[in-house]
Amino acid sequence: MLITILVSAGVVAAVGLVLGALIGFTAKKFEVQTDPKIEAVQELLPGANCGGCGYAGCADFASAIVTKDADPSGCSACSDAMLAKIAEVTGKAAGKKEKMTAVVFCSGSFSRAAQAADYNGVLDCRSASIVAGAGGKACRFGCLGYGSCARACPFGAIEIRDGLAVVHPELCRACGKCVNVCPRKLIRLVPASAKIHVYCNSLEKPAKRRKLCKVPCLGCKKCVRTSEEHMQMQGGLVRVNYSNPPEPDFLDQVKCPTGALQLEETHRRIEALKPAAPAPKKEESK
Amino acid sequence: MITPIKTWRFHGGVHPADGKALSNSVPARRAPLLERYTVALQQNIGAPPKPVVAKGDVVKKGQLIAEAGGFVSAPLHAPTSGTVGDVVEVPGANGGAIPAIEIIADGKDEWGSGLEPIPNWKNTDREILKKRIADAGIVGMGGAAFPTHVKLSPPPEKGIDTLILNGAECEPYLTADHRLMLERTEAVLEGAAIAAKILRVDRVLLGIEENKPDAIAALKEKAGQYGVTVVPLHVRYPQGGEKQLIYALTGRSVATGGLPMDVGCVVQNVGSCAAIRDAVVEGHPLIERYTTVTGTPVVDPGTWILRLGTTVEQALTFAGGVKERAAKVIMGGPMMGFAQTSLGVTVTKNSSGILLLQWKETSGYTSNPCIRCGRCVRACPMKLLPGPVSVMVESENYDEAERNYVMDCMECGVCTYVCPAKRPLVQHFRRAKAEINAKRRAAKAKQA
Repeated sequence: MLITILVSAGVVAAVGLVLGALIGFTAKKFEVQTDPKIEAVQELLPGANCGGCGYAGCADFASAIVTKDADPSGCSACSDAMLAKIAEVTGKAAGKKEKMTAVVFCSGSFSRAAQAADYNGVLDCRSASIVAGAGGKACRFGCLGYGSCARACPFGAIEIRDGLAVVHPELCRACGKCVNVCPRKLIRLVPASAKIHVYCNSLEKPAKRRKLCKVPCLGCKKCVRTSEEHMQMQGGLVRVNYSNPPEPDFLDQVKCPTGALQLEETHRRIEALKPAAPAPKKEESK
Repeated sequence: MITPIKTWRFHGGVHPADGKALSNSVPARRAPLLERYTVALQQNIGAPPKPVVAKGDVVKKGQLIAEAGGFVSAPLHAPTSGTVGDVVEVPGANGGAIPAIEIIADGKDEWGSGLEPIPNWKNTDREILKKRIADAGIVGMGGAAFPTHVKLSPPPEKGIDTLILNGAECEPYLTADHRLMLERTEAVLEGAAIAAKILRVDRVLLGIEENKPDAIAALKEKAGQYGVTVVPLHVRYPQGGEKQLIYALTGRSVATGGLPMDVGCVVQNVGSCAAIRDAVVEGHPLIERYTTVTGTPVVDPGTWILRLGTTVEQALTFAGGVKERAAKVIMGGPMMGFAQTSLGVTVTKNSSGILLLQWKETSGYTSNPCIRCGRCVRACPMKLLPGPVSVMVESENYDEAERNYVMDCMECGVCTYVCPAKRPLVQHFRRAKAEINAKRRAAKAKQA
């Protein structure tokens, strides 16, 4: 009995040794030479495989940086410190890039936007947008609030609060995935240095905007009159001039009558905003 | 007389409680003249019509107010005599806002369509008749709103040998086609004869579900004179689906991605046939239609002859208003209709019904997982795999969904009706179809 155990253990050990030696030999003999730099660069990249650079993931981009002279700053998710480290590894100067962040141009949460219907269906913005009365909110331009962008974000930077998508800029790496999935085209990448934005995307007639939402931009252009350098009209909407964004104290100068012009921080803490407009009367449906 | 080869039923389907008893014994009533109509500028599949009148113009009833925007398009006519108002926005039945021409009625209701009656259509050239149908703005009145003159112009190599009249009216609650076939029997049959002349076919079959015995009797009495064969069909939803009807009547199956003309058939709704007759024999364009205003909350449910541009709110007023709170207002039937968010939606050429449902009559959806019971597969009249395909769509795997023929889905709602997990299956398929169509358009644009 003991003999059987010893023999079988010995045979397995011997086979293992022989095969191990064979594997070791072939690994040395047929080794594929890779540039150690590629691995080093890949270590430094975020590893989220968001695809924002246009390559098929971080590994592909790392080899492109080392072998094909791709610009490391093409990675929108990298911090400046990481870019400097990558430059150190590759020995090439890293390009300068402006830090961008995603902004959701709507502040109509469930409690602020008028409801036209009870939506009962697939909890996804793109699915909700193809049925009549899309998603329940009366505004045809606002955030649907079913979180397609939040699910698309590889960095968890978008959160749905009270039926409104809000961006956490410290987590946002500006890969642009959310921009493409939003059926209402509400999200844009803007320079992170801009701290205030006009959170409204409505092209309704101004009187109707007020009916549909507590915090609409009515297009009164008070802000544009205050400073034409900082604020401008873009296709019927008032927008911050992102090549010359205003400082946060600009808000006190303007005193936006509805509160659509607000701090990015206020937008995130949606309960903190006190709208100046009176609450719209809720329409009784038959 | 040619008898149909088979009267088998199609594969799958369901038999929901039909609710037709609410309105099927009430004769259709003509709605009183309103002060104002808003005629929506998109009432057909294809290009939207272009307005040809300006604010302040005086129009007669039936006068052209918007011309066809292309071959696959249909013109619009004034529903009454009066003055043209602004171009206003009205909510569309599929969501969004669509422009509409406002007509302020003058109360005289004078005809002035400019279309000469052709009572002697039997000896009139086919092209003239076809042009008249195009000029009268006739579209498929069963729901799809596809321009009728396009359907009546199949390429000659298709070898059309059968004209099928769709009088199945398989949607629960709706009785508009039922009342039409009963009250305007000869108009339906004469319109069918005109369409048969245009298509040069001898075989005209009228499919009608067995739950309308009075209409079947009325049709059978007159059908012989017009060369139409009336075929009673099994009562099963969606018997009135184009492909299901062709299969039940002729035994021919339309291949995936194909059209009825590929199997030598043209299908017309009975409402469109009556409209063809009015356009040719009377010279009246399509400005009104039979619409069922029904549902348990409605005080006086019934079928109404409503002019295009009447709002849902006005239609409900004609029907005596509502006696209890409604949970849903649906344009169309409960299976394929669209729930509305506004009572300002207007009656268009394809509004077969306005249906109100109480809360207890509706069913909610959940995003429960598929339990793989296979009921949807047994029920699907297109022989698709709704459950598995919905899972593909949930994971955004549209290529796989396309390989599983999601594009053949006609959104009849049978799978959603039978699903015990209450999954919103049709919405998933609509999403998949929208995404696949967008992808195809992008690929086409890339090629060009």
